[in-house]
Amino acid sequence: MDREVIRNKLNEIFCHVFDDDSLVITDEMCADDIEDWDSLAQIDIVTSSQAAFHVKFSISEITTLKNIGDMLDLIDRRINL
Amino acid sequence: MNCLIYPFDGEYILQKKKSIKRELLAFGKLMIDKKVAILGGSTTAEIKNILELFLLSYGIRPIFYESEYAMYWQDAMFGRELEEFGADIVYIHTTSRNISVYPSLQDSKEKVDKLLDSQMNHFVQIWDKLLQRGCTIIQNNFERPAYRLLGNKDVSDYHGRSNFVTCLNQRFYAYAQAASSKGFYINDIDYLSASFGLEKWADISAWHMYKYALNMLAIPELAFNVANIIKSVYGYNKKAIVLDLDNTIWGGTIGDDGIDGIELGQDSPAGQAYSEFQEYVKAHMDLGVLLTVCSKNDEENAMAGLRHPDSRLTPDDFSVIKANWENKDRNVQAIAQELHVSADSFVFIDDNPAERAIVTGQIPGIAAPDIGEVDDYVRRIDRSGFFEVTAVTQDDMTRGQMYRENAMRSHAERSFDHYEDYLASLQMKAVIRDFESIYLPRIAQLTNKTNQFNLTTKRYSEGDIATIAADGNYIRLYGRLQDRFGDNGIVSVMIGHKDGGSLHIELWLMSCRVLKRDMEYAMFDRLVEECRKETINKIIGYYYQSAKNSMVREFYRDLGFEKTKEKSDSTVWEYKVAAHKERNRIIMVTGNEE
Repeated sequence: MDREVIRNKLNEIFCHVFDDDSLVITDEMCADDIEDWDSLAQIDIVTSSQAAFHVKFSISEITTLKNIGDMLDLIDRRINL
Repeated sequence: MNCLIYPFDGEYILQKKKSIKRELLAFGKLMIDKKVAILGGSTTAEIKNILELFLLSYGIRPIFYESEYAMYWQDAMFGRELEEFGADIVYIHTTSRNISVYPSLQDSKEKVDKLLDSQMNHFVQIWDKLLQRGCTIIQNNFERPAYRLLGNKDVSDYHGRSNFVTCLNQRFYAYAQAASSKGFYINDIDYLSASFGLEKWADISAWHMYKYALNMLAIPELAFNVANIIKSVYGYNKKAIVLDLDNTIWGGTIGDDGIDGIELGQDSPAGQAYSEFQEYVKAHMDLGVLLTVCSKNDEENAMAGLRHPDSRLTPDDFSVIKANWENKDRNVQAIAQELHVSADSFVFIDDNPAERAIVTGQIPGIAAPDIGEVDDYVRRIDRSGFFEVTAVTQDDMTRGQMYRENAMRSHAERSFDHYEDYLASLQMKAVIRDFESIYLPRIAQLTNKTNQFNLTTKRYSEGDIATIAADGNYIRLYGRLQDRFGDNGIVSVMIGHKDGGSLHIELWLMSCRVLKRDMEYAMFDRLVEECRKETINKIIGYYYQSAKNSMVREFYRDLGFEKTKEKSDSTVWEYKVAAHKERNRIIMVTGNEE
């Protein structure tokens, strides 16, 4: 799965979680950039991504994520081993 | 809403919860407000969000109180804010993570029993306290621990955690049995976690990162389970099953394959599966669920199928059988009218998705689950929680019988020239009395599910009714009606609040199965009799319009009340006790002797 496909799928998850169809994610985007991105939204994003990409992230992988770019890298690594 | 109907996609619900909520609120469905306190032994934020969706889908708009993280016990014992909140429902979300001490391998049997006592006592303290306040409690039992230190012996040896949890659960159930009439219910997460898969349920990262004591994806199942208990407590269970025949309760089409060609009974694996499904459906009669048939068939063929020697269901099990070629939505409406049960309280069970679509399209609120293949029928219907049991009343067990008697009454009705002659022939006897403790569950149930003959549509929990029953400022009456065909059970309830020389009628309802029997007059005569004993000279009646109670809009006028106030959706009426003349001449009333 190439990175653009992953990005589109992840973007869709963000749109659902924040209930905003116009949201466009970027690599640099982080919790400070989206008003509703609180800890609960963070859990939703992680849970939904794990289910959507059929992967399970480890605790340390999740806790070191800093922005969406990190998240794309992580998903990319895990599904394209 | 479709995405909340079992079998649902938990991931989808979690992701789309905001837009789902928006849509639910936009429906403009009639809602009741209930205060729900969630007391957690772990994080509960997402449980609250998803529980809200399921409750809204049932027409219950929750107002939430959520305890601070893991403060369930302190909040219940000492929390002023919780007390002031005045919860209708308290959901205590505790799990095996909240058992503070487990046995160690050195402990004696006596020591372990003491540990059990102290863990149990910890919970009994808060339950007793909350029940005293009149809250309805929903308490998780414990799921099996995620690991088994003693391997297989963990479950049988008293040192094992699995054994400890099992024993504690048994003690919870003993409490639940003793307190069920006060409104104490177990939310069975032991079953849910097993069904979901314990390994997936016990998601270690959800616990260590967010302190959720279960997998996030299991939250919709948990919330659905809790919502089912709540909607049952408030009388929102379904009441009747409409059953298709061909390929639903037997394999094949009886009109084409003939009585010898259908698959039913022990001769084939599919036949066995249909038999088992029939047994499952039949068992619902004991819960007071009415069984009916709606089949596109010639009646003769349908009846032949139901008389098949291997058929567990027989024609006598059904309150109504419609076998014809009319559209199914029309038939279902006709069945609803014959039984005086509203069509939205039916579960339509049909293997054909097209029929399900027509019925759900034409009858708002009816359930028509996707039952899958015969292999899935039992599980899908069972997990949907249509008939979640919170209280089994005597009336539930005999309801099917009562409705069949009603069908006989309709038949008798046709052969009289004057309606009064018919009524007289019924030889009706009523008992009309003050509330009695054994009837409180039935009375509360009636307040929650009677919609048409209901002047104020005020809903009461069993706790509310118990409080009113003990309060000297009320005049309360229940009415029970018998006739020559049988006992209708408790069919009418009145609650009047005394205020000096006046009585305000807060609640007056009557079950629609006894409409046009003069029972309302018998109730009113008794109310006046009570007013005279208490030197009350004025009765004030209220009518609050709801979506379903237009039949009683002018009811107080018919009784001889004067209208004193009128708004667009409510009216107030007055009646002078001195002017009263007895209205009921047909029903013989007892229960007013001292």
